[in-house]
Amino acid sequence: MEMTDDGLKSELQKQGVFVVPVEFLYNWSRKSSIWPLQFGLACCAIEMIASAAARYDLARFGAEVFRATPRQADLMIVAGTVTKKMAPQVVRLWNQMPEPKYCIAMGACAISGGPFKDGYNVLKGIDRYIPVDVHIPGCPPRPEAFIHAIMTLQRKIEQDHLHRMRCYNKESPAEYPIPAYGEHDLEPPANPEVWQPPKDYRDVTLDEVKRG
Amino acid sequence: MTPSFEQTSPDAKPVFLVERDEAVAVARKLKNDPRWQMDFCSCVTAVDYLKEDYIEVVYHLYSVALKHGPVVLKIRAPRDLAQCEVPSLTPVWRGCEFQEREAYDLFGVRFTGHPDLRRILMWDEFKDHPLRKDYIPPQDYEWEPTPHGEVLTRAKAQGGTIPPSAVVEVKK
Repeated sequence: MEMTDDGLKSELQKQGVFVVPVEFLYNWSRKSSIWPLQFGLACCAIEMIASAAARYDLARFGAEVFRATPRQADLMIVAGTVTKKMAPQVVRLWNQMPEPKYCIAMGACAISGGPFKDGYNVLKGIDRYIPVDVHIPGCPPRPEAFIHAIMTLQRKIEQDHLHRMRCYNKESPAEYPIPAYGEHDLEPPANPEVWQPPKDYRDVTLDEVKRG
Repeated sequence: MTPSFEQTSPDAKPVFLVERDEAVAVARKLKNDPRWQMDFCSCVTAVDYLKEDYIEVVYHLYSVALKHGPVVLKIRAPRDLAQCEVPSLTPVWRGCEFQEREAYDLFGVRFTGHPDLRRILMWDEFKDHPLRKDYIPPQDYEWEPTPHGEVLTRAKAQGGTIPPSAVVEVKK
């Protein structure tokens, strides 16, 4: 942007020439054509479907092309309760999606297990295995909330820098480990590289707060 | 052919508590007797009586032909996994198949004579039976901003990250 002064840019725009950084063009085209993966796990999926249908019309945001294969999808919407039996399949689908890819955890269950948090069979949040970009609270969230999440994700994509994106970073894992079915629980119960148990803020002493 | 024990539920619906070796015969009788004609088994479940040390398998039967029901059929088995066995009623009512698999999955009741007794909800590698009263769930609870009661105890057991000061006495 800094390379052209505003006067020249304005003059060029009158001629139909737009001068923008490649990064802007790259991010603009990606954010305007988010293709979600077509799958739903529970009642949140109904709200997701409603968002894509005529009344809420997700096509306004360029995100209406739900793909039935992970190979063509940019966005995974985890819409609904992730049971422990389903979790390995969700992680496998995530691994099969090409970068750059994003994840929305839709609804209380996908975020934390929701009302089933105390159960033996429900994963306590999909963020235990895969990195989540946007969380939508709600049980289930209304289509407005879902559209808000899409717009939040668009803002996030807008601000991506080519040299800082996860997918272009050699350090970031190409694949996330798929949990195995154990005798009592999934093994491991969480991916420590993605998720750590929240720290109890009452354990933090005043000195630590002062030190930052 | 009489059931070994008969009782009546509070809403005056008949309840049969039958011995394990008589169950199939009683079921066939209920299905085929023209006065009963219990042609539809709507629900199969189990109840775990920890203190009494038995598991009770409960069948709810209806008659579509005569429009009456439910008639409840109960079969008891010892809680011990090795002996926890009841005869399958799938040969009598075909619709019992999946529900008996569910009872096997969650309570560990083995149904002898069942055509395809596998887990139906949990994965095959799973070893526990989660709806038994003595089931111990995996310790994957995380700390919550407002830990209380049992959640607090579990969180403590998991990592011991809760300081004693966090235990808030609830004033009554």
